[in-house]
Amino acid sequence: MSGNMNLTLKVWRQKNAEQKGELVTYPVANISPDMSFLEMFDVLNEQLITEGKEPVAFDHDCREGICGMCSMHINGRAHGPNNGVTTCQLHMRSFNDGDTIVVEPWRAAAFPVVKDLVVDRSSFDRIIAKGGYISVNTGNAQDANNLPVPKVDADKAFEAAACIGCGACVATCKNASAMLFVSAKVSQLALLPQGKVEATERVQNMVRQMDLEGFGNCTNTGACEVECPKGKIILFSENFFSEMRRNFFLK
Amino acid sequence: MSNSELFTSSIAKKYVMALTGLFLISFLVIHCTINSLIFVNDGGETFNEAAHFMSHNIVIRILEVGLFFGLVLHMVQSLILTLKNRKARPVAYAVAPSNESSKWYARSMGILGSLLLLFLVVHMSNFWVPTKQAVFADLEHNSFEAMKTVFAEWYFVAIYLVGVGSLSYHLMHGFQSAFQSLGLNHKKYTPVIKTVGFWFSIIVPAIFAAMPLAIYLGVIE
Ligand code: FES
Repeated sequence: MSGNMNLTLKVWRQKNAEQKGELVTYPVANISPDMSFLEMFDVLNEQLITEGKEPVAFDHDCREGICGMCSMHINGRAHGPNNGVTTCQLHMRSFNDGDTIVVEPWRAAAFPVVKDLVVDRSSFDRIIAKGGYISVNTGNAQDANNLPVPKVDADKAFEAAACIGCGACVATCKNASAMLFVSAKVSQLALLPQGKVEATERVQNMVRQMDLEGFGNCTNTGACEVECPKGKIILFSENFFSEMRRNFFLK
Repeated sequence: MSNSELFTSSIAKKYVMALTGLFLISFLVIHCTINSLIFVNDGGETFNEAAHFMSHNIVIRILEVGLFFGLVLHMVQSLILTLKNRKARPVAYAVAPSNESSKWYARSMGILGSLLLLFLVVHMSNFWVPTKQAVFADLEHNSFEAMKTVFAEWYFVAIYLVGVGSLSYHLMHGFQSAFQSLGLNHKKYTPVIKTVGFWFSIIVPAIFAAMPLAIYLGVIE
């Protein structure tokens, strides 16, 4: 087919957490611009299997941009060159014939490499387990206007809840800080009446776990919000950080 | 969370960075104002009077000690934070995240700060040390003459320009970041803070840069 591309991939290969990894070069041919980045990796893996080589391990699940499982650092950017999309929603039309593409796993002490491009993001789960919930049953959805919530707050909480926990914020932060993730998880609850009650306790517990997991400190460079695949968080990230920092010393 | 933990957490450490940073910014305002008096161009008379007041007033002297501790705290804390941040990413990217997602100076606060520290060593030995020596020996110190001697040398002028250049970029990120670290974010006021911070980090260093230049070029005598 016309318009198909030949590319050179440099992919991080690493057997397991203990062994050292390295970038390995693979040529791939005849890649359709309509393929997603992950489909291009499927092509590479089929090629590797036919050659009797070990396929590249990479994370993916929904391939619809909603689960947050896919996680590749492509040419120095989390989820690749486009803003507001996950790797599975990145299409090969964003690249040109003859390009060399470097693909690396998320790099953070708190996200150890399991194999190749797969990293262990259970540090996020442990942070959530420390308070990313409301500890009583708040019942069914309320009748309209039963619990008045200002529209701005409702909108902000909703934007925060758009976080899919993919870890791109950590991957791109020069300090591997988890501030965007944690502040989104804090704010989606703290902004609403049901979540407000435990706000301070929640922030403190989640921040403590965040520090324990070995994430770095936020220096407000703003890189996280640029790479966040859920673009809407962009508008509010600073706000979420503040929500979190303000709640921290309250009480 | 226990109280001690509260103050060693990553959030609290950034509070310290922000508060000391803002304190140092307030010092810059005073330092810049006083030194601008050389532009009166009266042979340094007004400036020397102000300098004499600053080096002999008891309140200012106490604040000076506070300033010293603020600076040390700012440096020590940043060192602790930087080391922790380094540890947070043990394996570097082959292709590092670039300017597409953040400003270079926001990512280089440590390097800019270190340049500033080197500059401060030169700056203190040029002016602060001789002033102190004179005060302790109960001698009159002509700060304006001292400036003229130092800024007669092109290499000092060059060092000072690099120094205030680093200051400018350090402030460009630091000014607004300090408010952010304190959790002070507001729909209406944050854009104001950012604009003020931007102009502050251009105007103040520019005034500082004008001093060695004006003296070197003989505009002020
Ligand atoms: S695979 Fe689910 S978001 Fe990409």
